[in-house]
Amino acid sequence: MQTLFYILAGTALVAGALVVFQTHPLRSALWLIVNFFAVAGIYLLASAEFIAAIQIIVYAGAIMVLFLFVIMLLNLRQPEEPMPMSALGSRILAVTLAVTTGFLVMFGLKQAVIIPARTGPPGLGNTESVARLLFTDYLLPFEVTSVLLLVAIVGAVILSKSRLK
Amino acid sequence: MEFLTQMLGADVARMVVGLIAIIALVSVNALFLIWMERKVAAHMQLRPGPMEVGWHGAVQTVADAVKLMGKELITPTDVDRPVYHLAPIVIFLPVLLSFLVIPFSQTLIIRDMNVGVLLILAFASLTVLAILMAGWASNNKYSVLGAIRSVAQTVAYEIPLLITLMSPILMVGSFSLADIVAAQERYWFVLTQPLAFILYIVCATAETNRAPFDLPEAESELVAGFHTEYSGMKFGLFFLAEYTNMFIVSALATIFFLGGWRGPFLPGIFWFLIKVYAIIFLLMWFRWTFPRVRFDQLITFAWKILIPLAFANLLITALIMKLR
Repeated sequence: MQTLFYILAGTALVAGALVVFQTHPLRSALWLIVNFFAVAGIYLLASAEFIAAIQIIVYAGAIMVLFLFVIMLLNLRQPEEPMPMSALGSRILAVTLAVTTGFLVMFGLKQAVIIPARTGPPGLGNTESVARLLFTDYLLPFEVTSVLLLVAIVGAVILSKSRLK
Repeated sequence: MEFLTQMLGADVARMVVGLIAIIALVSVNALFLIWMERKVAAHMQLRPGPMEVGWHGAVQTVADAVKLMGKELITPTDVDRPVYHLAPIVIFLPVLLSFLVIPFSQTLIIRDMNVGVLLILAFASLTVLAILMAGWASNNKYSVLGAIRSVAQTVAYEIPLLITLMSPILMVGSFSLADIVAAQERYWFVLTQPLAFILYIVCATAETNRAPFDLPEAESELVAGFHTEYSGMKFGLFFLAEYTNMFIVSALATIFFLGGWRGPFLPGIFWFLIKVYAIIFLLMWFRWTFPRVRFDQLITFAWKILIPLAFANLLITALIMKLR
């Protein structure tokens, strides 16, 4: 169990790093998919099969396909030229930011208290548990999220249509 | 190891036997379906089809498969190598894994999961990823066009497909395929959900990239679409995946709407296979009945007709379930 977790977590980390370090956008996208799968595996280990399946359907299936579609339409076949190394000021800024972020993350992890995971009511599969929580305790945030998505869709339609006129 | 025993419930042997049986089934199914496709196509065009090798050409596809395996694997110079070689595997593996949760009869199921439907849909959504990889890595404009069309097609059919399947799931209250079959003890869901059945068949045709929705590999426009640059058994894997995919969508239709393995006299497995192949015959029939749709026609049809109908069906189902 634990070995598998470390293998999956390691895969997720390495794939995540490769997403950033690839010069080629399409390769980055493919590594991101590997990352999604590793995370789905971790959900499986936590016996959250529902979340794992949804992770693959929504992220690896739908969202990544749209990403790849856009990359292909923009025709980014050739890797971009690496950015020219810029002035000393921005280098110092980058290093400072990285060190600060690293420190904050370490500090946060040190402070964090590990609490046991909440399990759903006994006798219910995790689909039922998720649904129950979503439609009772978290009903308002859940519905507000859908309105937010609707606003985003309307915005996208307006942005694309206004140019046509 | 602890994880394995935990997840598999100490039935590792069952999984191994199951996977071997699946691989055998996939191969035999593909050989049979290709022969069936040729015969159906031929008879609809008033010609006999393959007749020479075996009874009515029954082993013609075996001969073709041997030829395909003997062919040289050609890799064009300018392909994106790792992605190009990976694509045929990525398209085939998820299709294979989908069989894990399909109940062939009351007892013949490798592993009943409480998210069985979602698992199959998750694996099905990976097909388009493999097509994109293949089309893009081939470095050929016809392949890229085929891949782009494939994405447009997914955007069109995947949403109505998911919403359509929600109606029978709502009636059963479970994502497990075995539960869905068990719920059809008295009547088949095709009787109570006729609209969902029709919508599902339309989406399934698009899902398998078959005419009239064969845009990604439209031979008369795109040479062979996304698999133009593949040869030998690499092409064979795409072919195998396509026919296996046909089996899976038809099996889902059988489980959801035609009562799965239920039927009188014969053992369940026979009924299951009879129903699956009947639906596959329907899909083959479509191919020689409808002309190919255009890209924009497909998207308009999916978003303005299929999705509203699927939503209406889901709403009415929910209402009836609530009022009962």
